[in-house]
Amino acid sequence: MQKILLLGAEAIAQGAIDGGLSGVYAYPGTPSTEITEYIQRDKTAIEKNIHSKWSSNEKTAMEAAIGMSYAGKRAMVCMKHVGLNVAADAFVNSAITGVNGGLIVTVADDPSMHSSQNEQDSRFYAKFAMIPILEPSNQQEAYEMAYKGFELSEKFKVPVLLRITTRLSHSRSGISRFDLIEQNKNSLPGDPRQFVLLPSIARKRYKGLLSNQINFEIDSEASEFNKYTDGKDKSLGIIACGLALNYLNENYVDTEVPYPVLKIGQYPLPRKLIEKIFNQCEEILVLEEGAPIVEESLKGYLEKEKVKGRLDGTLPRDGELNPNIVGKALGFKQEETQNIPELVAGRPPAMCVGCGHIDAYIALNEAIAEFGAGRVFADIGCYTLGALEPYNAINSCVDMGASITMAKGAADAGLIPAVAVIGDSTFTHSGITGLLDAVSENSPITIIISDNFTTGMTGQQDSKALGKIEDICKGVGVDPEHIIVMNPTKKNHDEMVRVLKEEMAYNGVSVVIPRRQCIQTLTNKNLTQKLRELNLR
Amino acid sequence: MKTDIILAGVGGQGILTIAATIGTAALQNNLHIKQSEVHGMSQRGGDVQSHLRISDKPIASDLIGNGSADIIIAVEPMEGLRYLPFLSKNGWLVTNSTPFINISNYPDNQDITNEIKSIKNHIIIDADAMAKEIKASRSSNIVVLGAASPFLNIKFEDLEKAIRTIFERKGEEIVNINLKALKLGREFAETQM
Repeated sequence: MQKILLLGAEAIAQGAIDGGLSGVYAYPGTPSTEITEYIQRDKTAIEKNIHSKWSSNEKTAMEAAIGMSYAGKRAMVCMKHVGLNVAADAFVNSAITGVNGGLIVTVADDPSMHSSQNEQDSRFYAKFAMIPILEPSNQQEAYEMAYKGFELSEKFKVPVLLRITTRLSHSRSGISRFDLIEQNKNSLPGDPRQFVLLPSIARKRYKGLLSNQINFEIDSEASEFNKYTDGKDKSLGIIACGLALNYLNENYVDTEVPYPVLKIGQYPLPRKLIEKIFNQCEEILVLEEGAPIVEESLKGYLEKEKVKGRLDGTLPRDGELNPNIVGKALGFKQEETQNIPELVAGRPPAMCVGCGHIDAYIALNEAIAEFGAGRVFADIGCYTLGALEPYNAINSCVDMGASITMAKGAADAGLIPAVAVIGDSTFTHSGITGLLDAVSENSPITIIISDNFTTGMTGQQDSKALGKIEDICKGVGVDPEHIIVMNPTKKNHDEMVRVLKEEMAYNGVSVVIPRRQCIQTLTNKNLTQKLRELNLR
Repeated sequence: MKTDIILAGVGGQGILTIAATIGTAALQNNLHIKQSEVHGMSQRGGDVQSHLRISDKPIASDLIGNGSADIIIAVEPMEGLRYLPFLSKNGWLVTNSTPFINISNYPDNQDITNEIKSIKNHIIIDADAMAKEIKASRSSNIVVLGAASPFLNIKFEDLEKAIRTIFERKGEEIVNINLKALKLGREFAETQM
């Protein structure tokens, strides 16, 4: 078969489809979004009726995938690293329930925080849940791990974490495909009480998980994704995890790496191979993308082992690796480079010209002046860019949904009025329960739900909130008189300022909804059709 | 033979189309390729870059090392300068001269031109004006690609073939206009070398 050019994210999607996937569940999040989008438009996936609709958030996605696995089919759930925090309850417990159909949890980490609030390493979560991890070093391996991951999951009856990072997810390369595996037929779990985590059952299941750890390790030792390559110079041994292997090899383009190298692609760590490299080499250098998890576990608390890496300053403690950082750690002299000319100015991301969020912020800034600064709690989306010049409109961005609940807490502390700014999709992701908290105490907060009918920042995916926001707010208990929809335009500026001032002065929960279509979606025919049906256009 | 290319511009200016064209030509020649791009937040009017690596041997890193790019292809002049630390001593900077001004502190255009001219191997092309001349104002990125084409170690005919593949879905007229844009850029570059 001819090679096809795919992003790492797309390679995972193709590998899952070819590996007998029946459904993917996900909420958009950079750098994981393209996995689900690929399955949504893939001809085979459509023909075979593979589920690929977006979920409300990562937790609902994780749970639906567990449900599909319960019913015997192969499922994948995809998210960015911080999404795993949202899904963590279901994720950790899924290690104890185990699976029926194969279950792969694909998590895309974002070291260097290209599009994220932190650079947490998802391998911690898998270690915590005590399940195997697959970590590809290139696009072809990403394909193969998605394809073969289901088999691994079904072999040990546990979910498997497939961990990638931004660089692999968003880099293209040629992929060779395997034969298509047919989907599993429906079946019930062999143990009918497997998924009932009553303490008495959970204790038994947990003991099973613990006793399986040794089997995971034996599997890692034989895994094709872990490989020991000998080298003549035993003064150093290199353990290279996932993508880091490429940065090592880039420093030896025309020669062999002189040191023994242990490539890690499957965890738990293969104990015998680790012992081998430790016994053969005087010192060990660990190259890993993300946190120094492997390094720390090998070094030990008392630091008796001669292990170098991110903890001793051989490599930087934070940020993603690259060929130069790794080259420096190996003692290579770095090329002299030209400097960036001083006149080159920064060009930070910005909201698009004509974006409705902008008009909402200009009105908010004017309305809030009389109440004083420092009281706007925002959320995750394009509108987070309101923190930058020239708007300087918001004072927080912490996690999905935190705008409403932080505003409530600040109001509880006496910062009245407090304002929340949240997008439509983020509101249905994690804002509704916070709104319920605010309503149940009639907190003096004004919530601006800036509705643009889409999940904008990640590439304009469907928004679950479409056509439902007012009904949700009413259903949760917001007084209908304080649910106000506005068209955020220059023409309506004075009206918006007046309404915002009025609602901020109100001693209870108000919801103001500036509503205008995201300009990036103006050519989206499906959305236009839906908006017409809902009388929103 | 290995070619390391940095593509630079502002989100939405079409550097990924350039990458896709070169990538398609490389793949049609059975070359190895790795191409990393920027998705997500920075796409919103921010600076974007793509590392494109082509070789007849397998490629290790998705990222190009400092001081080792053979060419920087920029669809915006200040953005070309931003990635100079990647350029090798004998590398080429091929850049559009039309600035994309969406920040208040954009530097003086003449200063930018002077900086570009201080680089040993450079080509400055007014791709926007040339594209407009052939009534293809949306193809200025392909004009820039044409100007970069002598330095890619890919035959010009293969780039033409790739243009046909990439724009096929959009119809014959769009294919032809982009072929014209590509040629225009190439001819200009040949007068500058």
